[in-house]
Amino acid sequence: MALKVRADRWFGRLRSFRELSTVRQRRRLNTLLLGYGLLAPAVILLIVFEFYPLFSGFWISLTNWRLAKGDYIGFANYARALSDPGFWKALGITFTYSIISVPLQLGIALLLAYLLFQKIHAMSFFRMLYFMPYVTSTVASAAIWAYLFSPDIGPINRLLQSMGLEGLRWLSETRGIFQIMAARVGVDLPAALAGPSLALISLIIYTTWVFVGYDTVLFLSGLSNIPAELYDAAKVDGASGWKLFRHITFPLLSPTTFFVVLITIIGTFKAFNHIYIMTRGGPGDATTTASIYIFNQMVTYNRYGYSAALSFLTFMVILLLTILQNKIAGNRVVYD
Amino acid sequence: MIKTPRIRLGRLLIYLVLIIGALISVLPFVYMITSALKSYGAILTNQFWPWWPFGDEPLQWQNYAQAINDIGFDHTWGIPLFYRYLLNSLIVTGLTVAGTLLISIMAAYALALMDLPGKNAIFMLFLATLMIPGDLTLVPKVVMVFRLGWYNTYAALVVPWLVSVFGVFLLRQFFMQVPKDLYDAAQIDGAGHIRFMFSIVVPISRPAIITVALLNFIWSWDNFRWPLLVTRDANMRVLAVGMQQFMAGEGGTQVHLMMAFASMVVVPVLIFYFITQRYFTEGIARTGIKG
Repeated sequence: MALKVRADRWFGRLRSFRELSTVRQRRRLNTLLLGYGLLAPAVILLIVFEFYPLFSGFWISLTNWRLAKGDYIGFANYARALSDPGFWKALGITFTYSIISVPLQLGIALLLAYLLFQKIHAMSFFRMLYFMPYVTSTVASAAIWAYLFSPDIGPINRLLQSMGLEGLRWLSETRGIFQIMAARVGVDLPAALAGPSLALISLIIYTTWVFVGYDTVLFLSGLSNIPAELYDAAKVDGASGWKLFRHITFPLLSPTTFFVVLITIIGTFKAFNHIYIMTRGGPGDATTTASIYIFNQMVTYNRYGYSAALSFLTFMVILLLTILQNKIAGNRVVYD
Repeated sequence: MIKTPRIRLGRLLIYLVLIIGALISVLPFVYMITSALKSYGAILTNQFWPWWPFGDEPLQWQNYAQAINDIGFDHTWGIPLFYRYLLNSLIVTGLTVAGTLLISIMAAYALALMDLPGKNAIFMLFLATLMIPGDLTLVPKVVMVFRLGWYNTYAALVVPWLVSVFGVFLLRQFFMQVPKDLYDAAQIDGAGHIRFMFSIVVPISRPAIITVALLNFIWSWDNFRWPLLVTRDANMRVLAVGMQQFMAGEGGTQVHLMMAFASMVVVPVLIFYFITQRYFTEGIARTGIKG
């Protein structure tokens, strides 16, 4: 049905074109030519650098491509990935990274945005400062944080020591955070309860620092879309403080929250630059996330086919998570 | 109404949290700038302010000269490697931003203001690419660069980044607000689409265009994995890669030099950001698209 409507529309266009005078026909043709000409560079670039690689990437994942073109081996790379403990561990680390980062980052951002929204003087000044880490070159800010985290000369450890606490090994600590805490009180935790490594937590602290300002800006624009009359009406009814937040702000902000959660999850799965710069996935494989693992397979071992298969598998995981998030949160999101 | 002390206390608490947040955002930059001007000794002993009036150390401006010297020398162009990295970054980012702007403006104009059969389908094609994560196409793109013979060239660094769906999307939304009468009036004056685009639409869309330019500038300047993958020679490195290589080598231990290097990269960008920051935040708030 829709197809027929569409076809009719095209025939209609053709007919009205035929009814034009020759001069007008030529003018119309020139306009069409110009229009498609204006679109051509963008469309060609998209096809060559986005769509074509999608297909050729899938093709490469079906071969044992190393540095040079390889033979077709079917789904052998995928089968191999499923029984590759390194890849599973990397996925697990990515998942941990994501599941800690998302609430931490969003919680702080929501708090800051909500506070900034309370008719604060110098609101845009604060916003400008919060956004600074995001615009800073990743390599530079990662270098700064590598220094701040440094076990021997880093200011963070010096601060801890001045408060009478023991310094930590931060980015070079493979032990889990619960394990470290337990060791402080003299308890030896089994490996299963060790928790995420401190190296990973350090990376999460850095990521939070970078993206909180960005998320705050998003939340602020979400907050400004909530009609002020709603607050006024609720205040007349005697609501205030936490009640206002709980029953008006939070539900009406849910589309923004949903969106920010989504891009943050995707962002944590894509995260590469700062991890590569600060730890290269180490120490050991403590911070080897999926993106680092895939990169190493390609660059260190030249396994192009395998690496491509791994990126498709990771993409499936992200897709699955997105669908899951839609299912869980989708019903609770309030769209006005 | 009389303000009760409780409300004032609440206000105070709000400011306190906001100021702590601001301090955490800014403090690492303070450490960068101060460490770049300290001696290595002052770093080792962790003196925050080794200069007058709390200490007797002079500002170590020579850290900058030493960092540039230690990074190395580019014999092909006869300049220190640092300047070569800087030039490479400027060339790549300049070409990328200029090209992206031109291509995005053209496409957005056609999509927003011209009567073209099938343009909605083309727009859907643009939006569909937002679903394709960059990671997924990394391997095939690298293979493509090898096949095209672009490995270790500027073409590999620029051409794949010339189309910004974000740019097309934002500009299209903006151009659609241009009243149709304006075009009719321009046509009566004898102006065609191209004249209309460059002399009317582009000038009145300046805020959106600046936003697209700035965000693309930041993303291009920050690009790290791609240049790492498609360049080989030291003199083809961009700043981000050069900085990482320095950090992996000498800069990893010589913190004062590393911070001098980092501040040479960061401070100009931050100054630029302070001048233009309203465009950033508005652009992000309007689209929420992440690079």
